[in-house]
Amino acid sequence: MATFFGEVQSVFSRAVDEDDEEEEGEEEEEDREIIAELERKREVHVTWNPEVTAAIESSPNRRLPCSNVILSVGDNATGFVSSYILSSGSWEVCGSITLWNERCRDCNPRKDSLPAPSSCTFYRSITDPTVLLCQCNSYIAEDQLFQWCEKVFGSLEKSSLNVTVLSTCPVSEYKTPESTYSLPVPFLKALRTSEYREEVPCPLLEQPNIADGLPAAVLTYCQVWQIPAVFYRCYTDLSKLDSITIDAFRPLLSCQRMSRLAADSAKIQETLRKTVKSSEIQSNLYI
Amino acid sequence: MESVADKETASSINAEPAISVGNVGQLAIDLIISTLKIPKVGYFYTDCLVPMVGSNPYETDEENAKELCTNAEVYALPSQKLAVLQLRSLVIKKKSKSFRQALVSWIKRCAFARVILLSSCHAYHRDDTQLFGTPFRYLVTPALQKSVADVLKELEWKEMEKVSSYPGLNDNEKRVFIPGGGFTKRFYDDCCLEDLQMAVVLKFCSEGDNVPDAFSLLNQVNEWLHLVASTNGDVLAKWKAPGSWRLLFGSGLPAAIF
Repeated sequence: MATFFGEVQSVFSRAVDEDDEEEEGEEEEEDREIIAELERKREVHVTWNPEVTAAIESSPNRRLPCSNVILSVGDNATGFVSSYILSSGSWEVCGSITLWNERCRDCNPRKDSLPAPSSCTFYRSITDPTVLLCQCNSYIAEDQLFQWCEKVFGSLEKSSLNVTVLSTCPVSEYKTPESTYSLPVPFLKALRTSEYREEVPCPLLEQPNIADGLPAAVLTYCQVWQIPAVFYRCYTDLSKLDSITIDAFRPLLSCQRMSRLAADSAKIQETLRKTVKSSEIQSNLYI
Repeated sequence: MESVADKETASSINAEPAISVGNVGQLAIDLIISTLKIPKVGYFYTDCLVPMVGSNPYETDEENAKELCTNAEVYALPSQKLAVLQLRSLVIKKKSKSFRQALVSWIKRCAFARVILLSSCHAYHRDDTQLFGTPFRYLVTPALQKSVADVLKELEWKEMEKVSSYPGLNDNEKRVFIPGGGFTKRFYDDCCLEDLQMAVVLKFCSEGDNVPDAFSLLNQVNEWLHLVASTNGDVLAKWKAPGSWRLLFGSGLPAAIF
């Protein structure tokens, strides 16, 4: 091999540069133990309330009867659900998910009505116990997403299940022939599984745009198991909780499935103000 | 973990990509599906790939544009005895081994006659002799060697050179080395062990606009497998790039910056 200056060297080795893949099968017993321990630590734990656990156990195939799951991921989506749906008051906390990963180390769920930071909380409608809400604000690592879906949907009756997923995404990630600079933000886009036949109140997310994370994992699960599911993604230029982005989800309430869950407008306004204000206060050093 | 496919795939050729430098294998598989208009028959449902969803990447009209695509899907064309697996995301760290095991057991269950893995390898890792001549290389498992040796010889294809395990110390012990090829090498080893009829076709390339690499890799593969009839005219014209390749380099720019 010739170097930059032209000398010819006899030794040529790139063996040290073996591909980036991890060396397998050569770990010591101790390494294997550490890996197994880490895997145990990264497991996703779903906990249901005693009433829900009892309902699961008493059902014929040990699954919770469920007609509707609304999953919101991230500050703005959970903010929308807490102010427009949860504020009606006819909801009770019915379960939670705890998990551990590099960005989510303290995930003890809170029992109050506001979505806890870094946790997934399930709510059940008091008037119709087959409707579940899941408020998810925590980071779920790539290796935990599959498990998350298997464990959550594994305990739900799928025959008449319908899933709605809400989340937000920075508009800079939206691919369009025009510039994203000139787009009126925030705006909604949807993706749905083949089984989902209802009208969608916004345009579908067009190629080459794609979605990842928990919404993608849930949609994949629903597509493979033929569960009707729709995912609404709000593209916004604000990364923090704000009322304009929350309001962008409002067209969803035109769907019959969602409209019957909506709280009355006075309560919505009050909760919205409270939600946004509390986050503003936290973010302002001088108040 | 779980995979779904049609019974019709038995005794077909199975083409699949390695997740490797420049995503050349994945781009080439996109071209095959899009050109031959291969219908989707199932999913490769696994916990080893990063989840992703989008609309149909091979949309041809408004109606089929609405279909959902996931991270690993199976397409099949029974009339041509061809089954294609497309992978659209990365293998999760530490799950490479279980992913390969799932692939091998799926291949066995589907009873594919042959498996062709489209892959790529870092161009900067070539040695002096590799710098000249064709940038394509192949590897075949012992189980496939007998039946294809003559064909590949006639095509004048080059086998991937083996490198010394201990250069300078002992040049007798050689091994396959595919830097940037992702799971290519280990999957090839697995297929050798399992006595599967499998071939790797790869191209030396660098990260960048790898669309031309995908076209040329596929033209190379087509010489052997005759996926589409070759014409004497422009070789690139016969492959159809899917709609999802639009905006590979991002959105449009704001007019005000000019």
